[in-house]
Amino acid sequence: MLVTSSPEVEKSATDEKMVAPQILTGAEIFLESLVREGVDTIFGYPGGALISLYDYLFKEKRLRHLLVTHEQGGTHAADGYARATGKPGVVLVTSGPGATNTVTGIATAYMDSIPMVVFTGQVPSHMIGNDAFQEADILGITRPITKHSYLATNVEELADIIHKSFHIATTGRPGPVLIDLPKDMLASKTAYFPAVEIDLRGYKPTVKGSFKQVRNAAKFLQGAKKPVVYVGGGAILSDAAAEVTEFARKLNAPVTTTLLGLGAFPETDDLSLGMLGMHGTWYANKAVDECDLLIAVGARFDDRVTGNLEKFSPHSKKMQIDIDPSCIGKNVPVDLPIVGDIKSVLEELNPVLEKCESDAWLQQIAQWKKEHPLRYSKSNDVLKPQQVIEELSKVTEGNAIIASDVGQHQMWIAQWYKFTQPRSHLSSGGLGTMGFGVPAALGAQVACPDRTVVGIVGDGGFQMTSMEIATAVRYNIPVKFIILNNGYLGMVRQWQELFFEKRYSNTHLNPSNPDFKKLAESYGAWAMQVKTLDELQDAFEKMMTITDRPVVLDVIVDQQEKVYPMIPANGSFENIMEAEE
Amino acid sequence: MKHTINLLVENNVGSLLRIAGMFSGRGFNIDSISVGSSEEEGLSRMTIVTHGDDEIIEQINKQLNKCINVVKVFDLTGEAFVHRELALIKVQATPTERSEIMQIAEVFRAKIIDLSPTALTVEATGTEDKINAIISMLQPFGLKEVSRTGRIALKREFQGVTV
Ligand SMILES: Cc1ncc(C[n+]2csc(CCOP(=O)(O)OP(=O)(O)O)c2C)c(N)n1
Ligand SMILES: [Mg+2]
Repeated sequence: MLVTSSPEVEKSATDEKMVAPQILTGAEIFLESLVREGVDTIFGYPGGALISLYDYLFKEKRLRHLLVTHEQGGTHAADGYARATGKPGVVLVTSGPGATNTVTGIATAYMDSIPMVVFTGQVPSHMIGNDAFQEADILGITRPITKHSYLATNVEELADIIHKSFHIATTGRPGPVLIDLPKDMLASKTAYFPAVEIDLRGYKPTVKGSFKQVRNAAKFLQGAKKPVVYVGGGAILSDAAAEVTEFARKLNAPVTTTLLGLGAFPETDDLSLGMLGMHGTWYANKAVDECDLLIAVGARFDDRVTGNLEKFSPHSKKMQIDIDPSCIGKNVPVDLPIVGDIKSVLEELNPVLEKCESDAWLQQIAQWKKEHPLRYSKSNDVLKPQQVIEELSKVTEGNAIIASDVGQHQMWIAQWYKFTQPRSHLSSGGLGTMGFGVPAALGAQVACPDRTVVGIVGDGGFQMTSMEIATAVRYNIPVKFIILNNGYLGMVRQWQELFFEKRYSNTHLNPSNPDFKKLAESYGAWAMQVKTLDELQDAFEKMMTITDRPVVLDVIVDQQEKVYPMIPANGSFENIMEAEE
Repeated sequence: MKHTINLLVENNVGSLLRIAGMFSGRGFNIDSISVGSSEEEGLSRMTIVTHGDDEIIEQINKQLNKCINVVKVFDLTGEAFVHRELALIKVQATPTERSEIMQIAEVFRAKIIDLSPTALTVEATGTEDKINAIISMLQPFGLKEVSRTGRIALKREFQGVTV
């Protein structure tokens, strides 16, 4: 496989054939290779091991380096960039503490299969293993949370390793790849040969579904009366939203998505059931419980979706499409598996699909939607968090990119923001990383300067990475942040209320929360505190006009509000709890 | 059920660490693991003996296939294959006990490869059963040290004719 490159690069490559190869340092080869990979942005933080590389960056015009405020934020920002665009996020950090600070961000990306390439500085090769200053065995530390990793000790192999890493990170089931760069290697020189043939004998992901299985699938789907399509993050990663939508419409089947699948199917469509699982809609969970055919599309039957495996969707035949064979049949037995890329499998399958006789089923579902809608009670005294999301959904017409943190607010976003486009909902689903929201929103705004990007975070998680506001100010990034300030580690508080007799052990934040408005202003952001609906609408209007710096809205919301529906951990549909009417 | 899985992997420490880490991280069992060079430069052949129910074994095979530095995975179980283990067994032996130990070794077609006034070292190859048996036979003399390689295996070239 030949590394793809832009026409200009191609041209310069052929020019180079005529002249002798350039002799470049490792640091220069690093930059050339990144440019060749089409990288336009690096999220990074310098240090001793990389100081010479940063000197080259100083002069580099072809790509920009954004100085983040903490390396964890750098990885989440790169992750947000990747989720919003599909392009790999690129991170550059120094050795030792710089490298270890990336661990949470790498694990977050790994769990959600996000393409990312992380470059870590390393002490000089001859000092590795000596407990040298700022040495950490980052390959060892990150091996279980990377798709692959390399130690680039030999400058002659650097370009090859970089191109392999981008290839691995972005193909098959994507994921983070880490490259450790010893300081002496970056300084040593070699002849640079840009054209690279990627040869990875142990890595040949299956993209096209087997012809026979696709034919079988078309037959398998016939005759279902109560089908449900269950769409996960794989559909987004595969850029298959259009194919998924066509599939569901042709089949005449309702669609439920996982947290990471939100946006793969327009929630404004009648066939949309919203999210399923622990905090999914009543009707999505009911439909999965009763259906006779369940089609998993890039979804892995995670425990937050299935609850008690024995009682999960007990009446259905199951089909699963996934690019990762190890995801198929891992938790739930599958009658018809197809290994392949979602987009390419559906492109084959859609033309031979037959419509299901599901009209009665769809009527039944419409009835359920009426009887058991998502609901919450408004109050005159205090803003409800759901109300804030609903308002934002209206103001932005479901077209904003929303990054969430982790907690109650994350579930309210998933329930109340009506996503209409893929790559618009960025959330740490697998690892559930508090601190993800602020930097991920920042990274998405960097990637998509023309979209409205809003990071909606809790008052707890906000404080884990709030320092990245400094980064947004530094580069005039007009990303918006909304703190749903309930004075609690709300999600934990909810469990304590429901399952631990209201013993609120270590979840109250109010006495020590800072004044978020002042905090944000001290960074140079535009900020406002909001307590009423009028103020909220005013704040939304104002924030849309700000284009040269970040915005922080501290929205004071009901402390008692809980996320419903809820199926308790390891429960099943019969255990579902709904909000009071 | 016991499974013998034969792998061709890139010849570097990273491969071994990734594979061993995958087993421990996912809670799979390793009964034995042995690795050395293969017929091809740059590739090592690794034999892993593991056990688990069918679903676990299926996951193990799939997860091994996912490792970037694993080039090939063959689960030999269910096929005809040859396998051997090598053991070095250092046994306490007074000069009067020597001949008895040598007789035992002979029965097992093992060799004496080192000798001292108080001990001798036996080299045995064979299936695990055979190695277990010779070790039990030598146990009464006093085992000083035992080193076993774990199973190495290859598919049988001629699988026989089914009638
Ligand atoms: C890094 C990290 N630490 C701890 C947790 C456990 N946890 C999950 S939700 C939550 C509470 C989050 O509180 P807040 O950010 O205020 O959001 P809220 O639930 O109130 O909306 C905690 C502590 C986590 N997910 N991530
Ligand atoms: Mg909170």
